[in-house]
Amino acid sequence: MTSYSVAMATRYVAPFGSQGAEPVDPETVRKLLTIALSKGGSYADLFFEYSASGSYSYDEGILKSAGRAVTLGLGVRVMKGDATGYAYVEDLSLDAMKRAAQTAANIASGATHWTAPQFVTPSLASRYAVRELSLDMPGVDKRALLERADKRAREKDSRIVRVDASLSEELREVLIATSDGKLVHDSQPLLRFSVRVIAEENGKRQSGSSGGGGRMGLDYFDGRSPEWHAEEAVRQALVMLGAREAPAGELEVVLGPGDSGILLHEAVGHGLEADFNRKRTSNYTDQVGQRVASDLCTVVDDATLAFSRGAVNVDDEGNAPERAVLIEQGILRGYMHDRHSADFFRTPATGNGRRESFKSHPMPRMTNTLLLAGGDDPEEIIRSVKRGVYASHFGGGQVDISNGDFVFSLTEGYLIEDGKITAPLKGVNLIGNGPEVMRKVVMLGNDMKISDGIWTCGKDGQSVPVGVGCPTMKISALTVGGTEL
Amino acid sequence: MSLDPNRMIELGAEVVSRAQKQGATIAECTVQDGAHLSAKVRLGEPELVEEAASRSVGLRVMIGQKVAVTYTSDLTPGGLARLIEDALELAQLSQPDPFAGGPELSQLSKTSEHPDLDLFDPAVDGVDAAEAIRRALLAEKAAMGHDPRITNTEGATFTRVSGMGALVTSGGFRGATRGTYASIVVNPVVDDEGGKKRSGYYWSSRRYLADLEGEEAVGVEAARRTLRKLGARKVDSQEVPVIFDPDAARSILGLVASCVHGGAIWRRSSYLLDRLGSEVASKLVTIIDDPLLVRAPGSRPYDGEGLLSRRNVIVEQGELKSYQLDTYSAKKLGMKSTANASRGSSGGVGVGSTNFHLLPGSQAPGEIIRSTKKGLYVTSMMGFGFNAVTGDFSRGASGFWIEDGELTFPVSEVTISLNLDQLLKRIDAVGNDLDPKTSVAAPTFRVSSMTLAGR
Repeated sequence: MTSYSVAMATRYVAPFGSQGAEPVDPETVRKLLTIALSKGGSYADLFFEYSASGSYSYDEGILKSAGRAVTLGLGVRVMKGDATGYAYVEDLSLDAMKRAAQTAANIASGATHWTAPQFVTPSLASRYAVRELSLDMPGVDKRALLERADKRAREKDSRIVRVDASLSEELREVLIATSDGKLVHDSQPLLRFSVRVIAEENGKRQSGSSGGGGRMGLDYFDGRSPEWHAEEAVRQALVMLGAREAPAGELEVVLGPGDSGILLHEAVGHGLEADFNRKRTSNYTDQVGQRVASDLCTVVDDATLAFSRGAVNVDDEGNAPERAVLIEQGILRGYMHDRHSADFFRTPATGNGRRESFKSHPMPRMTNTLLLAGGDDPEEIIRSVKRGVYASHFGGGQVDISNGDFVFSLTEGYLIEDGKITAPLKGVNLIGNGPEVMRKVVMLGNDMKISDGIWTCGKDGQSVPVGVGCPTMKISALTVGGTEL
Repeated sequence: MSLDPNRMIELGAEVVSRAQKQGATIAECTVQDGAHLSAKVRLGEPELVEEAASRSVGLRVMIGQKVAVTYTSDLTPGGLARLIEDALELAQLSQPDPFAGGPELSQLSKTSEHPDLDLFDPAVDGVDAAEAIRRALLAEKAAMGHDPRITNTEGATFTRVSGMGALVTSGGFRGATRGTYASIVVNPVVDDEGGKKRSGYYWSSRRYLADLEGEEAVGVEAARRTLRKLGARKVDSQEVPVIFDPDAARSILGLVASCVHGGAIWRRSSYLLDRLGSEVASKLVTIIDDPLLVRAPGSRPYDGEGLLSRRNVIVEQGELKSYQLDTYSAKKLGMKSTANASRGSSGGVGVGSTNFHLLPGSQAPGEIIRSTKKGLYVTSMMGFGFNAVTGDFSRGASGFWIEDGELTFPVSEVTISLNLDQLLKRIDAVGNDLDPKTSVAAPTFRVSSMTLAGR
């Protein structure tokens, strides 16, 4: 019925998949959708999901705990106009699934006018064809990776008093069937590795951390070793031991490449999710075709980046995303759509309909949100600043969609004095207004970098893995939330 | 198809006994069963009705002092067999942790000792989709009818949740709890100058349906809170007194909670390390953690390891009296558990607060504002700018500017910064307006001076 584009876990197999114990066939799908649309709903979909995940936490020189979780379930969605009925069930017996379909059907009240289509399985891109899934690899191999990080961090500097490292792995299999005739399967691996250290010196204490991963197997570590992350965490903690109070007020700010992409995610990304624009609650409502950023800025949402944390072959509504241009040379070109908003705006769905799990309805979400490279030499950008802040690592951010005010917290930053990076600064928040800040992007580096971070985006209580990236960028004025006036 | 408490305990006991037979020295199993319904309406029409039941089993095993944790929502015989098998296999991979182990058997509470905290309201489960929609519509209508400027909303949502949980341990503990919540939230949006919009909200949440604030009252308050943001602007950077309203104050208190958790202490990841018995806040500050409050959101009869719940004083008139500990962190620190073990549905055990409250003072919030010549009244904060290791705090804030004891104009797009240690010591007024609708709760309080970064 469906073809598998990536390696299958040998031990953890979705029961509903074609290799599973109880494969879901087009006949079952037809039965369930018939019930879902029995009250006159205009559209319905079934979202089967199976997830197997593992976690390993290494702490105080031992693998202190190992864990595994297996979840499975079916989410049934029925739409009638702008209204959605949603129900889910973890028991995949036919009776239980039928009851869920019945519950979701109740959003409509009327008679059915649906005839089952011939289900078609579209061919998908293969963006994370992992050769060997981490879940299938021996546990001792993963323990050894954590040991290596722990050992390197401790050896690196005697001021390191604590090290903890963790590895988590997941395989998520989804099967999506839509009342307009799509039947799609995808199998999505995800790997995450992180190291955190505490350094102490003269009664001062600071932490440092580093992490990375993607839709990859343990071959991730061929590119970036556990030792690399350990050294990076140690470097950060030691730098922070010498950090001084940050300035307070509006300053020129240079954002380093990679991690700073969090700015795009908060300052423009969320506001361009089409649900907010459909409801006219975003500050970007009705602004397609208008200037929303300086002409240096081209912003894309790119689900195609192979093996990246934000990549997907297909979204959680069965639509295949491509690279979508959101802002082109400062002009707003379009929003990120799920099926519902695409219908509303009479535009093709962009494949941004994602959900945390079968327990949640899909919404427009980002994948990998990137600001493309400009033409400036990064060193020249720093040299152009008389007094300002250089931001290199971030802990996270948040935005108020309605007016575009956003914050992001700096975990590693430096003062720039007379064109040179000088003293490290204590962690601070930066605050600005998305549309205003994007107009203040006055220089853009030629050093575009995708963050190897482990970003997770939260919206309406649903978390999904995402990626960010950007080149070095200079913002002519941004409020730095330090304590030194 | 929900499970009754006895059946849940039986299932837990079966998993524990099978894990022991397969070689576990210690096995602890949680069984969760829950149901929820949520109805969201927008502009007078239903937008999303979600209804589901869900259940899961979590298992923690130890072989000697090697630990593993497994979790599944697959309650078929095959799913349960793998839950146990995986746990035992993973425990072999773990390495002996000299501090691993369960609580001493004499510490475990008996079912007969578990207090009835009145956390379950049968009326909550009785709300059907039509009734949930009706309540949400009433609330949204009240918000929109309050003022003609409110022409848009992000919707109004009524949610009901009910859940049961059982815990069975190889040490002999057996317990089951159940609880309900009902909540209603309204989120109006209004147009401001310069193409900006202002979004605001207000919500009510209670264990008992009848204790919820009325739909109209919630809607009107949401409208009021949204409209007062119109025209918000930046102010100049300066040192000023800052008053936190209960929503903002709660968020500060949550940071304090994270810094007294045993895990943060033994990991040397809290600025409150080695500070027991010393002054960590102003004399006006007394913080308690009380799982025994009747009908409160964070209440529970026993903790995640089966110890009987008890009220703990964390900070008394500014002095740090106690950390919050489970068995593991207590052993690591050479102390005794404070019955603050929290077992996630995933089976793992950590430290968790229950009802973590800054106790109210004597002043009305209005009095605190009136006695402030100039300052910032903060109603919401944004971002994650807190470093627990050092206590450094810097977050985005919005609220109102205070001039001569009056709220004058709304403020946004500024940050407030000060190390948490200093912040707590500079609290010079605590309000009498504690609302325990959330498990972490605080009344209005004022900090004598913080750095505000703005223009």
